Amino acid sequence: MHNLDLSLSDISKIEGKASCDIKIRHGKVEDVKFSISEFKRFYTRAIKGKDIVALPQLTCRICGTCSNAHLLCAIKACEKILDIHVSEQTVKLRRLLNFGLLIRDHALHLYIFVMPDFFGHDSILEFKEDDSLEHKFLHDAFQVKAVGNHLSIAVGGRSVHAPYAVVGGFTRLPNGEELKKCSDELSGLRNTVIDLIKLFKEKDKTLIRPDLQFAALLDSEYSFLDGEIYHSKGRERAGKYGDNLEYVSIPYSHASGFRFKGKTYMTGALARLNLGKDKLHPKTRQSLNSILDLFPSNNIYHNNLAQAIEILHCLDSAADIIKNFVIKEEKPLPINRKAGTGAGVIEAPRGILYYRLSVDGGGKVIKGEIVVPTGQNQIGIEESIRLYLENNLTKFKEKEDLEKEIESIVRAYDPCMSCASHFLKTRYS
Amino acid sequence: MKKLRIGWFSFSCCEDSTIIFTELLNEHFAQWRKLLDIRAMLVLQKKEDMTSLDVAFVEGAVTSRDQSDKLKLIRNRAKKLVAIGSCACIGMPSAQRNLFNAETKAEIEAILTRFKYSEKVLKLSEVVPIDDQVPGCPMNEKIFLNILDKYLKEFKIDA
Repeated sequence: MHNLDLSLSDISKIEGKASCDIKIRHGKVEDVKFSISEFKRFYTRAIKGKDIVALPQLTCRICGTCSNAHLLCAIKACEKILDIHVSEQTVKLRRLLNFGLLIRDHALHLYIFVMPDFFGHDSILEFKEDDSLEHKFLHDAFQVKAVGNHLSIAVGGRSVHAPYAVVGGFTRLPNGEELKKCSDELSGLRNTVIDLIKLFKEKDKTLIRPDLQFAALLDSEYSFLDGEIYHSKGRERAGKYGDNLEYVSIPYSHASGFRFKGKTYMTGALARLNLGKDKLHPKTRQSLNSILDLFPSNNIYHNNLAQAIEILHCLDSAADIIKNFVIKEEKPLPINRKAGTGAGVIEAPRGILYYRLSVDGGGKVIKGEIVVPTGQNQIGIEESIRLYLENNLTKFKEKEDLEKEIESIVRAYDPCMSCASHFLKTRYS
Repeated sequence: MKKLRIGWFSFSCCEDSTIIFTELLNEHFAQWRKLLDIRAMLVLQKKEDMTSLDVAFVEGAVTSRDQSDKLKLIRNRAKKLVAIGSCACIGMPSAQRNLFNAETKAEIEAILTRFKYSEKVLKLSEVVPIDDQVPGCPMNEKIFLNILDKYLKEFKIDA
């Protein structure tokens, strides 16, 4: 392609709105602008003056896709400020709630957003019932998504904006029968998910980013909710995460970008697998031995494969928790409002989610800062598109083929635009 | 066989009702495949055919002139328009900035100007007439299913 002005205004099969503008002159990539085109809803301004107890149910409305991750991260920041240490039972229930989210959310991305590309369709709705492979994956999609959904509903009361999870614990507890049913469903889908992993191992494309750094919150159980920040150069305390982020203003995008310790980095499933594959559930590791040898990987498309592997880890981990789980009656811990500042850090499906909140003596929010995974990956997405174009421009004769390829690169990051465009400029020193 | 031609559109919101719709597909896909012709739904497909819709389901509040124009176009192309979820029905929580005090409004002014935001965030009925609404944050699934059934009958789509 010699000269080209390409404006992709609405990238499909992602969460929310994003666009990409490309300028090619005399066979050279002159400009690439990846931008998040969701309008801001100014949550970090809107939470000022709100009571700390009400905050998690408000900020989970930042995103319908990863809502329960926002809920859990906000709760964690609030509990840090209030010096609340929840019961072992609450820790387990929160993990189950998050496993449900991860299973549903990764399955939505892999089966509904990415898989149509593998079979040459625009949408999973076009999968043919009379093609055995398409029929299988079409039905697997709904089964796997449903089991994540059921787990979230059993524990949190709803798969989106879960009402039972609050500061201090849970307002309503699941019964053993509901959990047992979930456990049977989880265990019954292992082979289905292994088929998904094998498909992505075979079909994932290649785009190597040799210079890319990674960052992830990890603990010994790969729980997504606790641990330290591991990154390409070492590890450090999770609460300090925000101190290492460099805010980058992107004038053409509704959302801000970030660098970690001055470098472009990636957060999400690929980062977690690269930095913590040895911490996956033992049963998952045993089932996927040779596939795990592909990690660490600098192929950004392996973010898809990593998500598929994480679904299996979530199935195994959730089934393990439920196996000997006897629910005992308990109420959320009492809350004594006081002034303070606290950070919450968790792994949302798409990567590190960071909340830092300050409240006054009456428990009212004075200031809130929220850093979401897609904001952190935004610069990396643009750089990946540019790298791909610089190395492959001669391949494309038709504009439409190039558009498809760019969409698939964006999709590999599984970005979430609703999350990314929620706030006003945040600065870290 | 005749199908109900529908479109699903999202404006400013968290897209929680889109997620609920994709979850409803888990249970209803086999049935809806025979009944629904999904002509526009960016989360599921790239193709968008808005030439003639029976029902447009619209989620989110309206926060810019471009969104307002798109909503009017959807209204023009669809026989029925259903507001989906809290932001579409009542504007909140996406309309939070309408309630900001002068100091906070001044803080966000530069962004509003740069990206051509409207002065106020509007619920759908402040921009176009709506035929039905599904309240809830996320949308109430039962009400959505009832409204869908109602239109399947009204447009004489055989179940």
